Amino acid sequence: MLKFTQEHEWVRVEGDVATVGITQHAQEQLGDLVFVELPDAGKPFEKGAPAAVVESVKAASDVYAPISGQVIEANQAIVADPTLVNSDPLGAGWFFKLKMANPSEVDELMDEAAYKEFIG
Amino acid sequence: MVTTSPAPTAPALKRTPLHALHLEMDARMGPFAGYDMPIQYPLGVLKEHLHTRAAAGLFDVSHMGQVALRPRSGEIANVARALERLVPVDVLGLAPARQRYAFFTNVDGGMIDDLMIGHCGDHLVLVVNASRKDVDERHLSDALSDVCTVDVLDERALVALQGPAAESVLARIAPATASLRFMEMRSVPIASVKCLVSRSGYTGEDGFEISVPARDAEKLARILLEDKAVAFVGLGARDSLRMEAGLCLYGSDIDESTTPVEAALEWVMQTVRRRGGARAGNFPGADVVLQQLERGARRRRVGLKSRQRAPVRAGALLYADRSATESIGNVTSGGFGPSVAGPVAMGYVPSAFSAPNSLLFAEVRGNRLPVEVTTLPFVPHRYKRA
Repeated sequence: MLKFTQEHEWVRVEGDVATVGITQHAQEQLGDLVFVELPDAGKPFEKGAPAAVVESVKAASDVYAPISGQVIEANQAIVADPTLVNSDPLGAGWFFKLKMANPSEVDELMDEAAYKEFIG
Repeated sequence: MVTTSPAPTAPALKRTPLHALHLEMDARMGPFAGYDMPIQYPLGVLKEHLHTRAAAGLFDVSHMGQVALRPRSGEIANVARALERLVPVDVLGLAPARQRYAFFTNVDGGMIDDLMIGHCGDHLVLVVNASRKDVDERHLSDALSDVCTVDVLDERALVALQGPAAESVLARIAPATASLRFMEMRSVPIASVKCLVSRSGYTGEDGFEISVPARDAEKLARILLEDKAVAFVGLGARDSLRMEAGLCLYGSDIDESTTPVEAALEWVMQTVRRRGGARAGNFPGADVVLQQLERGARRRRVGLKSRQRAPVRAGALLYADRSATESIGNVTSGGFGPSVAGPVAMGYVPSAFSAPNSLLFAEVRGNRLPVEVTTLPFVPHRYKRA
């Protein structure tokens, strides 16, 4: 199940684990990424809290935790090669996995059709 | 994550003569100094930057002010001498068809703007920053109207062609430009359009700035873009290119509160305007600036490089050590340098910390990152001097 936020993150839910990344639209808007900073495993986040940072040549942007939970894994591959986020944002360019604190928060997120309408 | 977009209620932005072409080229536009300017094209900032260093980038810099100073007496030396009242550089000694970098100083020795001065035979042409056009025009009119007319050349566009392929690209359509050397200028017809071409720019690369009548600007740009070596490059890459070249952005690295010596721009001031020179002083703030030239300034603009990959951007505070509670300076420009393949930054620090290799700490998102003071530029200039 793939869900989306208004801040252009995507969430893929499997059991009580949510994998988080940024959308195709987001990577297009940001342009070539040159730096990614990810949270350490074990770190807890409230829904909406800044959890990661992406930087292009021009600017730095926050990536927010789309739902509350504790980080169980971060994708070090995108730290080593931030362009993975540009080339495969929904696949190899994932950011981190959260053990969800409150799985019902997923219901508040947009499905793909709603997100497509949201970005116009 | 949040992507930036211009405020919907922003005041009406001005447009350059190339605005329609930028839209046709699918540029992402954004406000800059009151103009709706191309930030990047579909190629993207990173590749536009690298393309400029590898081949040639075409920049629309028509937002910048072009100002003609024409002597009322018909004698250009009178204008040159009068302009020296406002700038601490040798204008009288500027040879015909030559250009020189300068700045207007205020009474405290701060900088009202930085600019280029070009000698066009019977008049001078200045190129000033877009954000300072109005301030500069008033400043010039107030100080020089007795000696010359001050005309902002709104009917002219300005494009820059920058990079190692710039010479061969331009020579194909305007052979006379190939013999120009750095900071020389010449009136040259390009495709039957009378252009004023100077061998200069703000990327650290060899290249040209071409002043062209507004109505012919799009035609000229299209001719240049026909060459496979040329890519349109937006303000995003213009900024990263000038940062790697160690060049100042007015309003960020220099302003009314920074003196030329603090900004490490004393090389701009020729000896004839320094103490002991034939026309020493006699510009606003001369007492401050000339004293700093001899005794040094309390703070200096320096380059900062980081061993870590996180870009250190404008506004980041600088500390003498990891735990210091008071900052000693701040970053004025910084980001990722695509040609350096790492962070590049510059900022102001107390002179005691300005020696190359001094270790400082920049605060980025609450972390103190080690940064090292370094000489500028980060990427060697490749001007065609000989």
